[in-house]
Amino acid sequence: MHEFTQQIVNGLSLGAIYALIALGYTMVYGIIKLINFAHGDIMMVGAFVGYFSLTLLGTNIFVAMVTAMLTCAVLGVLIEKIAYRPLRNSTRIAALITAIGVSLFLEYTVIFLLGPSQKVFPASAFPLKAYNVGGLSILNKDVFVFVSAVVLMLILQYIIKWTKTGKAMRAVSLDREAALLMGISVDKTISITFAIGSALAAAAGVMVGVYYNTVNPLMGIIPGLKAFVAAVLGGIGIIPGAMVGGFVMGILETMVSGYGNSLYRDAVAFGVLILILLIKPSGIFGEDTGEKV
Amino acid sequence: MLVVKDIDVYYGAIHALKKVSINVEQGSIVTLIGANGAGKSTTLKTISGLIRPKSGSITFKGKEITRVLPEKIVELGISQVPEGRRIFAAMTVMENLEMGAFRRKNKADINRDIEMVFTRFPRLKERRKQTAGTLSGGEQQMLAIGRALMARPELLLMDEPSMGLAPLLVREIFEIIKDINSQGTTILLVEQNAKIALSTADYAYVIETGEIVLQGKARELMHSEEVKKAYLGG
Repeated sequence: MHEFTQQIVNGLSLGAIYALIALGYTMVYGIIKLINFAHGDIMMVGAFVGYFSLTLLGTNIFVAMVTAMLTCAVLGVLIEKIAYRPLRNSTRIAALITAIGVSLFLEYTVIFLLGPSQKVFPASAFPLKAYNVGGLSILNKDVFVFVSAVVLMLILQYIIKWTKTGKAMRAVSLDREAALLMGISVDKTISITFAIGSALAAAAGVMVGVYYNTVNPLMGIIPGLKAFVAAVLGGIGIIPGAMVGGFVMGILETMVSGYGNSLYRDAVAFGVLILILLIKPSGIFGEDTGEKV
Repeated sequence: MLVVKDIDVYYGAIHALKKVSINVEQGSIVTLIGANGAGKSTTLKTISGLIRPKSGSITFKGKEITRVLPEKIVELGISQVPEGRRIFAAMTVMENLEMGAFRRKNKADINRDIEMVFTRFPRLKERRKQTAGTLSGGEQQMLAIGRALMARPELLLMDEPSMGLAPLLVREIFEIIKDINSQGTTILLVEQNAKIALSTADYAYVIETGEIVLQGKARELMHSEEVKKAYLGG
């Protein structure tokens, strides 16, 4: 039982990271029905911005995170403007293929500029400490990741539920044409959605840097895909679903590593995807969209 | 107030509107009647800026709005109750009304108008915290009208407000339309239900396959043989 609780505690921080990335996937899908496969790579760029903020500028971890979030917010808006907006009225498969193209573009631009090798997150930026709470060992990095992710999610919930911009985002995702008739600027709302989603991914990127200690140009692929599974698990387009899905995936992964074999953790993650698609493709929170007669 | 002049609209190769001209006088109720697919909704969407006409012009209060963005058209004073209501089903009644006032800044004014909508539609007030999707069809239509009024329009475009409603409710909705008009809002009403539209409007246009084929005072059209045969069931 003690071992089990310890695994859950370990899984919470990883889950928080997946949840943050999954939120961006699900928000973008909600508003333009696009699976933004470049999303994991935006997280990678965020991790690198955080890395350079720590090493070159010598900032602390919080400033590094904010810098990464702002940079990636701009990057996300640019990607949408340049790559996705011209395709908004074409087929969904065209946009999806473009997203894969953007993903490869980001990965190999970073490799071209910085080389393919991994970089070590400076240990001085985050001196590790372990606490003992009721027999459970808790690392300060886990606390940092979990708490900052939860704070960001609360801010996001506030924006979406209570602000005019957040309401406009919901309106556009529910019915774009009706939103236009209300005088909502759909382009601007979509830009804001990309900015917020990308900023969350960047925060997750810096957290991954702290969590795994290294960053590399292809680091966005697997966490990106797992966060995608998390978003589908919760119900794509549904914000609380992405949060729950992220935590489930994180805890599941530490369970598989802890009780089974860590080599199987990716296989289990994608096994989950297959299972959802077989059993309930709309996800945990999704409503079954059977055709109404 | 609104002058639509010779607009041509295409959907790909389909010529959806052919040289359509409509004139809406300030303070009046004008209706555009016609069968399904005749181009009624297309006309309203073009006025709201959702569709760009290939040629022709639209002027509102003397200002050309043909290529103006939808959000600016709302600001200029034209709002629309779209076909099928199109309320934001997963948002609350209150949030729907707030979205109607999206272009407006003055919070106190907006709150006063929300109260005005609630006075007009008391049932919406009772349900203001409910998600709009849980409302009945009639209540949803009221919400769609209230939401459009929240933009404080000078010209209200209404697309098939009778659609899917029981006859008693249709009458209620049309009483509301007359009342809104009597308080100074000009109305352009699109309807398949020619009978009730003609009995409500001052002036009417008949559209068939994208062309205006007939126009005149609503009272006169109601007695015209052509309209009787085609739209009023003999």
